Amino acid sequence: MLVGVLALQGDFEAHARVLGELGAEVREVRTPAGLQGLDGLVMPGGESTTMTLAIEREGLAQPLRALVAAGTPTLGTCAGMIMLDSDHLGLLDVRTRRNAFGRQVSSFETDLALGALANGGGPLRAIFIRAPWVEAHGAGVEVLAEVDGHPVAVREGNVLAVAFHPELSGDRRLHAWLIGRIRQSEGDRS
Amino acid sequence: MRDTATFRVKSGLAEMLKGGVIMDVVTAEQARVAESAGAVAVMALERVPADIRSAGGVARMSNPSMVEEIQSAVTIPVMAKARIGHIVEAQVLEALEIDYIDESEVLTPADEAHHIDKWRFKVPFVCGATNLGEALRRIGEGAAMVRTKGEAGTGNVVEAVRHMRAIRGELRRLAALDEAELATAAKTLAAPLDLVRAVAETGKLPVVNFSAGGIATPADAALMMTLGAEGVFVGSGIFKSEDPDRTAAAIVEATTHYEDPARVLGASRGLGAAMSGIEISTLEESGLIQHRGW
Repeated sequence: MLVGVLALQGDFEAHARVLGELGAEVREVRTPAGLQGLDGLVMPGGESTTMTLAIEREGLAQPLRALVAAGTPTLGTCAGMIMLDSDHLGLLDVRTRRNAFGRQVSSFETDLALGALANGGGPLRAIFIRAPWVEAHGAGVEVLAEVDGHPVAVREGNVLAVAFHPELSGDRRLHAWLIGRIRQSEGDRS
Repeated sequence: MRDTATFRVKSGLAEMLKGGVIMDVVTAEQARVAESAGAVAVMALERVPADIRSAGGVARMSNPSMVEEIQSAVTIPVMAKARIGHIVEAQVLEALEIDYIDESEVLTPADEAHHIDKWRFKVPFVCGATNLGEALRRIGEGAAMVRTKGEAGTGNVVEAVRHMRAIRGELRRLAALDEAELATAAKTLAAPLDLVRAVAETGKLPVVNFSAGGIATPADAALMMTLGAEGVFVGSGIFKSEDPDRTAAAIVEATTHYEDPARVLGASRGLGAAMSGIEISTLEESGLIQHRGW
């Protein structure tokens, strides 16, 4: 199983570490060629403006769209969620609001219940850093968690996007969901 | 229950900046140029280090109005510098809701014996270091990010290289020591023993480490990434170059693709003149900024 982590900028190493601990082979992706043969994709946290410009510079928008639209299981965190929204790659039927909670002094961590995704476990410790939230979403989008009445974890098909950083908290459940989805897709194909 | 200003939240923002370029800017217009070029953050200051160096006098925290203009001009994080040990400048920057405070040797120190107790602040701090002991002392005081100092305002990368190699080399040496030797090493490094033990175990600093002080070209940025920097600060190197817009974008590109010489080559083409540099040995010892802080 080969999972690509978009590595243009941001905390891609933290994602790669968690995925590696869960037994996945990981590839850092910086160019369209790096997307070949991926079974899953992670869009990490980072600066969304920087990431947007880099996706454009590398010509990654179309190949990323093709990969995710083909049903490749995908996890986006924070800036990764913004990249997936309808104002950017358009792979998730949501509009996000950047820096929705305010500047760094308002960044925080809190416990979040994640319903079915929690896999029967307790709440997940969620770290929000200059985080976005979901401002509006289509009917096909499942809201998994909210903060202050705003969705911060959403799923649509094989795409899971969260406004926080599971890669920094030591809780591997969302990455395990991604890997479970990849296994399921592989099962469906064979 | 919402917990703000935990160490994970403070150091977490630095995690988000990794692989990126933080650019010094002195006006809102420069901040916009930096953002459009792909900077992950801007450092708002009154004069870039090259001008601080040539103007002399006392370099202080920036004018708050200028910082506010820059904050409203861009959506990327805005950092600003406080003088070493100047608790109140840091409090003012926190009241401005700056995203990161750089307790910086580039400004004239306000206290020659004490750095700021950074644990008392909600805003995270980045501090400079020339070696591992200095980096661990700053982390012990609460810094959530470190940058090697280099020699600011010179456009000469040699000191940045020296400091990054010093830290990486000291980390490798610690990994080979036993428990008794680590206690002695902590004394020699003048660093907290618990942090010395922790880095000996992991082989890396517990916070993100960028490189600063002398980076002037895409190749300089890629060099520092190759030597283990997790991102770069570029001060005078951008707005003292012939073509700041393109130089800024090129340094961003080279930082991402530092492992691919063809991409660093591509980024280096057609940029015009880089900032003119200063040979370090022509500077008086008293003119070296890196010796400020301890």
